[in-house]
Amino acid sequence: MSQIETIQARLLELVPESSWSDGAAGDPFAALPADGWHAACLAVRDDPALGFDFLRSLSGVDRPADDRIEVVAHLFSYKHRHALVLKTHTGRDGGALPSIHDVWPAAEWYEREIFDLLGVRFEGHRDLRRLLMPEDWQGHPLRKDYREAEHYRGIPTRRPGYAAPDRDEP
Amino acid sequence: MTTDKPERELVVEAGPEGGLVVGPIDRLLNLARKHSLWYMLFGTACCAIELMQTGGPRTDADRFGMVFRSTPRQADVMLLAGTITYKMASRVRLLYEQMAEYRYVIAMGSCASTGGLFQGSYAVVKGGDLIVPVDVYLPGCPPRPEALVEGLMLVQQKMEREPWLKKAHGKLPQPVDPWPEGAELHR
Ligand code: SF4
Repeated sequence: MSQIETIQARLLELVPESSWSDGAAGDPFAALPADGWHAACLAVRDDPALGFDFLRSLSGVDRPADDRIEVVAHLFSYKHRHALVLKTHTGRDGGALPSIHDVWPAAEWYEREIFDLLGVRFEGHRDLRRLLMPEDWQGHPLRKDYREAEHYRGIPTRRPGYAAPDRDEP
Repeated sequence: MTTDKPERELVVEAGPEGGLVVGPIDRLLNLARKHSLWYMLFGTACCAIELMQTGGPRTDADRFGMVFRSTPRQADVMLLAGTITYKMASRVRLLYEQMAEYRYVIAMGSCASTGGLFQGSYAVVKGGDLIVPVDVYLPGCPPRPEALVEGLMLVQQKMEREPWLKKAHGKLPQPVDPWPEGAELHR
């Protein structure tokens, strides 16, 4: 049994609701429903055979065609030196997910970033504020249908009289 | 390096107890001002690396009287060294307003001058002159330390030509402020 098959078998034991995909275009990943997200993260961290003690990254992807936002966690285990990708998703309108900052403290700023740029609320997060944009910013810039305002606090968002590249229209 | 009329020149004379400089008070004040051009230790992105180099021994801006100050209250020049994000914009403005008059601003690099390569970005201010009045623009990504020293020398030249007392008494127009309502915008 290869390493990834061992992980897969153990993950299905621990989290039966996970669905496995061999990720034709990238790493294999396990998709989870939103309500099992926190428990699954805790399980893969604490299980001695998996031991995912390191959150490499936590990011978000807007999928307007499916009307949802995916959140992707890349995990690594220093003990076993193996990696895993976990995914979950939530709705685009008022979507929320349980926060996993108590599982991996590094998730705290990643979740703030996803909240800032994609507008996912993380329930149980202790300090969910915008991270990269000013606090009074309107909208979530990484959404595919985001349209930039002409001004922010009186500052024009395009340089006056400057031939700027066309912005992507949604 | 002055465009002043000859009667405004300084005259250096040998006197019994050393030398003597005679000239209009403006010129004497400007001479002192221009040789103590203190810049604020402040950088917002990669251009700040070249700013550090400028203060280092190879370029050695100290020899022109340009030393960094770590507080806006003691600085004469603000160097906008790097990309300015919208989140940073109100902080830049706050620092500018904390500087004592007469203050000068250099937009260092293409980001601080126009937004540079971030024209399509949702997060970057398209030029420092949309937040604070800018005196000197330096092209480059990043400008070399030599270019930055040249920019600081352009500020020196500007200082040297200023009828300083007139300016101090508000008899000269001030530069146009692009973001005048700034004061209510900080938190
Ligand atoms: S002009 Fe170039 S070097 Fe300077 S801050 Fe912008 S990207 Fe960085």
